[in-house]
Amino acid sequence: MRIALFIACYNDALFPEVGQAVVRLLRRLGHEVEFPAEQTCCGQLHFNSGYQDACIPLVGRFADVFAGFDAVVTPSGSCASMVRRYHPVVAALDSAARIDPTLPDRVAAVGPHVYELSELLVDVLGVVDVGARFPHTVAFHPTCHSARLLGVGDRPTRLLNAVEGLTVVDLPRSASCCGFGGTFAVKNADTSIAMGIDKVDDVLASGAEVLTAGDTSCLMHIGGLLSRRNSPVRVMHLAEILASTGGDA
Amino acid sequence: MTVAPGDPARPLRDRPEPTFRGTPPFPEAARVALADDQLRANLGRATTTIRTKRAAAVAERADWEELRLAGAAIKDAVLHDLPALLEQLEQSVTAAGGTVHWARDAAEANAIVAAITHATGARDVVKVKSMATQEIELNEALRLEGIDVWETDLAEMIVQLGHDLPSHILVPAIHRNRSEIRDIFIDEMGRVGRPAPAGLTDAPPELAEAARLHLREKFLRARVAVSGANFAVAETGTVVVVESEGNGRMCLTLPETLITVMGIEKLVPTWRDLEVFLQLLPRSATAERMNPYTSMWTGVTPGDGPQAFHLILLDNGRTDTLSDPTGRQALRCIRCSACLNVCPVYERTGGQAYGSVYPGPIGAILTPQLRGIAKHPVDKQTASLPFASSLCGACFDVCPVRIDIPEVLVHLRGQVVRQSEADHRVPSREQVAFGVAAWTLRTPRRLGLAERSAGLVGRVLARRGMLGRIPGPGPVGGWFRARDMRAPARESFRAWWRTKGGRGSDDR
Repeated sequence: MRIALFIACYNDALFPEVGQAVVRLLRRLGHEVEFPAEQTCCGQLHFNSGYQDACIPLVGRFADVFAGFDAVVTPSGSCASMVRRYHPVVAALDSAARIDPTLPDRVAAVGPHVYELSELLVDVLGVVDVGARFPHTVAFHPTCHSARLLGVGDRPTRLLNAVEGLTVVDLPRSASCCGFGGTFAVKNADTSIAMGIDKVDDVLASGAEVLTAGDTSCLMHIGGLLSRRNSPVRVMHLAEILASTGGDA
Repeated sequence: MTVAPGDPARPLRDRPEPTFRGTPPFPEAARVALADDQLRANLGRATTTIRTKRAAAVAERADWEELRLAGAAIKDAVLHDLPALLEQLEQSVTAAGGTVHWARDAAEANAIVAAITHATGARDVVKVKSMATQEIELNEALRLEGIDVWETDLAEMIVQLGHDLPSHILVPAIHRNRSEIRDIFIDEMGRVGRPAPAGLTDAPPELAEAARLHLREKFLRARVAVSGANFAVAETGTVVVVESEGNGRMCLTLPETLITVMGIEKLVPTWRDLEVFLQLLPRSATAERMNPYTSMWTGVTPGDGPQAFHLILLDNGRTDTLSDPTGRQALRCIRCSACLNVCPVYERTGGQAYGSVYPGPIGAILTPQLRGIAKHPVDKQTASLPFASSLCGACFDVCPVRIDIPEVLVHLRGQVVRQSEADHRVPSREQVAFGVAAWTLRTPRRLGLAERSAGLVGRVLARRGMLGRIPGPGPVGGWFRARDMRAPARESFRAWWRTKGGRGSDDR
C-alpha cells in the first residue's frame, strides 16, 4: 500500500514534530510513508475567508500531487474535511470551469483516498492498539471538523484507550467549539477568546495533564490561552501520543 | 397610574420604537455583549437548557433523519414552484372569503396594514408574535400612522415594555432573567394599561398572572389583530399559526379584522406536507412532541371569528435570495431557533449583536440575503454577519430542514470579498495579505522560502519556542491579546524530510 502524507501547511511551518510523529508511528506499524514534496496547502484558509478563486490552483495542485496513492493521511481533520467536502465545491465554481475544466474529475478521484490520521489507522490499517506507551492523564477534544464534517466518532478515543499507561478523562461540554475557526480567531477575536477561555476552563476542570486532538490548529488556539495563563497543561496532537513509546514525548 | 378599560394610555406613540438600524458590525457589537456578565449568564443557562431538552425530544424519533430529509425536499419543491403555488394560494384564500395583497417590500406591506386598520377606524391592534412583521418594522410604521401596537406574546411583551430589542427568534427576551422581568412589569405595565399587581415577586406563576391580567384587557378591546404565518396550505388556503401561550388563539379569533403578513416562502402545497413540519417544528423549537396551540383558519367563516381576513404576501428580498442557487436553502427555514440554541457564538454574544430580527446562524445567512447581497453591495454591518461564525457546524446538525448553514456562510463570505474587491481600487490590507499568501502557497519553493524566513523571525522573537505578547491593532493584536503562539519552527517539516526524514525513500 502506498501511503502519502499531507502535512498541512501550518503543521509544516509551526509544528513539524506532528508530521515527524506520523512518520515514526506509521513506520513502527510497518508502513512506509511518502512525502510528495510538491504539496503546499489544501486552500481552506482562502476558501473559508471568501477568497474562493484563489483556491482553484491549490485544489488542482492537491489533486495532482496526491493522485494515484492508495491512501493520503493528514494529521488535520480540518484539512481532510476541506479536501473531501469542499474541494468538489471549488471544482464546481464557474470560475474553476473556465480555468481548469478537468478539475472536478481529478478532485473526485483523489477525495475518497484522503484520511484523517485516526481514520487511516482504524479503518484502513485496521489497528486500534498502535503499541504506544504514554503514562499520563489525557483529555480529548473532538474538533468540530473532525467530528461533524468527517464523522470520526470514537476512533481517536479508541486509539487513546489502547495506549499503555494512558488514562482518558472526560472533557466537560466536549462537543462545544473551542472558538478557533481559522480567521474567525482574529476577525472576531473577542468572541473567539471568550469561547476559548470557556474551553480552557473545561480542560482545567477535567484534571488532564495533556489535552489532545486531531487538529493542531485548535490546539494552537487552546494552547496559546493555556500558555498565557502559565498553565502546566500541555497540548499535543494525537499523533505525538500514538507515536510515543517511552515515559514521555 | 391606573387606566380604565376603553381609555388606553398612549405613551408608546410618543416614543420611537427601538431599532436594529445603527448596530455596529458584529465584532464591535459582540465586544459590548461579551462584557455583560449578566447577559452571558442568562444566555448560557437558557441555551444549555433548551439544547438538552431538544436533543432528548429528537432522540425519541427513530425516523428523525427521514423527517428532516422530507422537510427539506418539500421546501425545495415549494421554492421550485413558488409562482404557481402562490397563485394557487391566492385563489384558495379568495374563494374562502379572504383578501390577498402582494407586497414587494417593507414599505408596501406596512402601508397595506395601515390602510386596512385605518379603514376599520381602530386606533390600536393586538399582535401575535411574528418575525415577518418585525422584519418590516411594522410597529414603528403603525406608530407613525397613529396606531398603537400591543405585542401579546409574553416574551415579546417583555421586550416591548422594556423598550428593548429581541435577541432570539422564539424566546425574544432570552437575555432577561425573571427579576429583570419583574422590574419591567412594575415600571412599565401601568403606563400602557393595567398595572402590575401590588407586591409582585419574581415567581414565574406571579409574573405569568400579571401578564395574563394585563393582556386580557387588550384582547377584549381589540378590533384588529395582526399575525404572521408559520405555514399556509396552497390547496385549501388554510393559514397556520403555531404558538405556546394561547395569546395567538385570542388574537386570531376575537377581533373583527385579522391581517396576516406572510413571507412568500411559508407555503406548503398540501395538508399532507404540513404533517411533516408539525412534527419537525415543535421538537426543534421547544422540545415538545406536539405544539400546544396550533390555530388554522381558511378565509372567513360567517358568525365565527374574524369577519374580514387579509393575507399580505411579502417578498422583501426573498426573490433575490431565491435567485442564488447556494443561498436559497435559507428560505427553507421554519424559524425554530434550534441553530441559535446550539451556536457557541450566539451563546456568548446573544442575539442583539447580530443587528437583525434574525440572529444567530440562520440570521447570519438570511439577513444579508434579504438585504440584497446577491444583487448589490451591502453595508459594513451586514457584510460582517457571514463572518460571525467559527464554522463549527453545530447549526447544520440540528437544522430540521437541513440548511447547510456553514456552506452558505462561506458562500456569502465569497460575495462579500468580491464586492470588497470591486469597491477597492487600491486593495485593502486584507486583500494584499490573502494575495501574498495565495502567491506563496502556489509553489513548494515559495512556501519553503517563506518557512525559512519565518523560522528566522521566530528565533529572534520567541522565548522558549513561544511568541508572547505582541501588541498592535488588527489580526496580530487580536490574536496576542489573550493568546501566545508557537514560534515558526527552525526547521520546517519539509526541510526535515529532505535532510533526515525521507531516509532515501521515494518522495517524488
